[in-house]
Amino acid sequence: MLVMKILFGLMAGMCLHPAFAQPPKKIVSLNLCTDQLAMLLAGEGQLYSVSHLASDRGASVLADKTGAYVVNHGLAEEVFLMQPDLILVGSYTTRATVDLLKRLGFRVEEFAPETSFNEIRMNILRMGGLLGQEAKAEAMVRAMDERLARIEENSKAKPGDAPTIGLYYANQLTSGSGTLAGDAVNHAGLVNLGEKLGMQGTQKLPLEQLVMSKPDLVAAHNAYLAPALAYEAQLHPAFRTMTAGGKLIDIPDKYWICGGPFTADAVQLLAEHR
Amino acid sequence: MKDRYRLLLICLGLLTLVLFTLSLLTGPASLAVSDSLRALFTGQGDAIVLVMREIRLPRALLGLMIGASLGLSGAVLQGFLRNPLAEPGLLGVSASASLGAVLAIYTGLSLVFPLALPLMALAGAVLAVVIVQQLAGKGAGGLAVILAGVAVSSLAGAMTSLVLNLSPNPFAAMEIVYWMLGSLTDRSMLHVQLAAPFILVGWVLLFSLGPSLDALTLGPDAAASMGVSIRRVQWLAILGTAASVGAATAVSGAIGFAGLVVPHLLRPLVGAQPSRLLPVSALGGASMILAADILVRVIAPGRDLKLGVLTAIVGAPFFLWLVFRTRRGAI
Repeated sequence: MLVMKILFGLMAGMCLHPAFAQPPKKIVSLNLCTDQLAMLLAGEGQLYSVSHLASDRGASVLADKTGAYVVNHGLAEEVFLMQPDLILVGSYTTRATVDLLKRLGFRVEEFAPETSFNEIRMNILRMGGLLGQEAKAEAMVRAMDERLARIEENSKAKPGDAPTIGLYYANQLTSGSGTLAGDAVNHAGLVNLGEKLGMQGTQKLPLEQLVMSKPDLVAAHNAYLAPALAYEAQLHPAFRTMTAGGKLIDIPDKYWICGGPFTADAVQLLAEHR
Repeated sequence: MKDRYRLLLICLGLLTLVLFTLSLLTGPASLAVSDSLRALFTGQGDAIVLVMREIRLPRALLGLMIGASLGLSGAVLQGFLRNPLAEPGLLGVSASASLGAVLAIYTGLSLVFPLALPLMALAGAVLAVVIVQQLAGKGAGGLAVILAGVAVSSLAGAMTSLVLNLSPNPFAAMEIVYWMLGSLTDRSMLHVQLAAPFILVGWVLLFSLGPSLDALTLGPDAAASMGVSIRRVQWLAILGTAASVGAATAVSGAIGFAGLVVPHLLRPLVGAQPSRLLPVSALGGASMILAADILVRVIAPGRDLKLGVLTAIVGAPFFLWLVFRTRRGAI
């Protein structure tokens, strides 16, 4: 027991002392969203390891660019052996691991999932600060804002009323107000059905209610080849009938599972259907 | 006696009809009663017709058919095994049918060949009954059969979890709950078409057993002397249960306890005569599942509460009470 205590003490001492002023040199990220922001912002050799989800084509926009990094599975043991000087985590995932790593004295930075473009901006700038890549982050935010402004302008220029779109993911979930997907819909100049129905956050929208509310468009996406009941509603005859005639559009989830400059791609795809 | 029996049948029939109608009128979209019934019968109106004919009607039909299958097979199994604790759920039939259905769906087989879904569930169900019979042995006591059923149930449940955990689709693992507890949410006419033929064949087989089960109440030897072939009864009971419960489970997941509670509640009302218990148990089972399916939508709208949760809240204490009575040798 005493030996353990001394070990912990030593480790805490070693890890806490290095001056934070210097940008970290060996970063490990345990969360898909911090993976992607870090991959976009890190300098050469600065990011050491990303989570296994980063290479999942259904969930990650940067799946093809993970080759250079070591893969982790969010386990305390593997992270400990990597001896990183900065660990990036999400505020909802791998909680047990995060608590353990903090107790072991590692420097852990948590990122909350983004629920709007405003929060994307804040997270990009914060990540830039942590990585010592402030200029890169500022340029990234500027480019994203310019792109969003351009899409919004084009969308507003189109004639007619803004169409209502129902977002319909796996397990019949939809996004109401206060969600990133909802914010993307608004930036594209469309009306979000979830918000119109008074929903907040991500909620289940029963198929009956979707059918009865008759949206102009329905956005759905099935990212997996293997079947699951989660996507069964998209095969339901009632769903097929109501989306017949080109009402069904495909917006890959990966653009808004995590917020990033790539979330503007979803806005672009949505705006094209106005 | 005969009049009382007829009255009971009529009452249960009416109860089932009322619950069927209520099931059609319950749902997350608040629709006026007159509008929804008009849409259902005349097909006028666009979205409301879709909701009534493609979403609520199949749900109510499945509740009716699945409930009747569970009640009927519970009555047959209790009569045939002469065991008060026999029931598709407790014998592992539902769990094994679930495993068959899970294998058919998550390997992608049912996408290529839709009939694979009910067929695999049926195969799982047959296998469960045969294994339970072999494990428990001939003339086994009540508890031996149930223990064998528990063993088969746990193994099938574990294998179901394993298959779902190994699926490359991350949503599959979350669907373990559905297969263990059952739900009728957003089933479609496709599911009705897939399950109905098997369920109906199962009913025909099970109903044909009435007279033989009556004879069996006198003991297997006496029944044999009356010309009842035990082997034939056994196979009809196994195949009938497997076809109806297997197909039911394939489209709704495993729903427990309905087959246990319903025959016990109704047996005193029909003078403990198995041939009379079969039709009333079918109607009683249909009423129970329709009522449970209405309640899940009323109690927790939008949360997709599973059917098996409600049937277990009623059924599990009832099961404990039965075990207690069996232990005291009262049965």
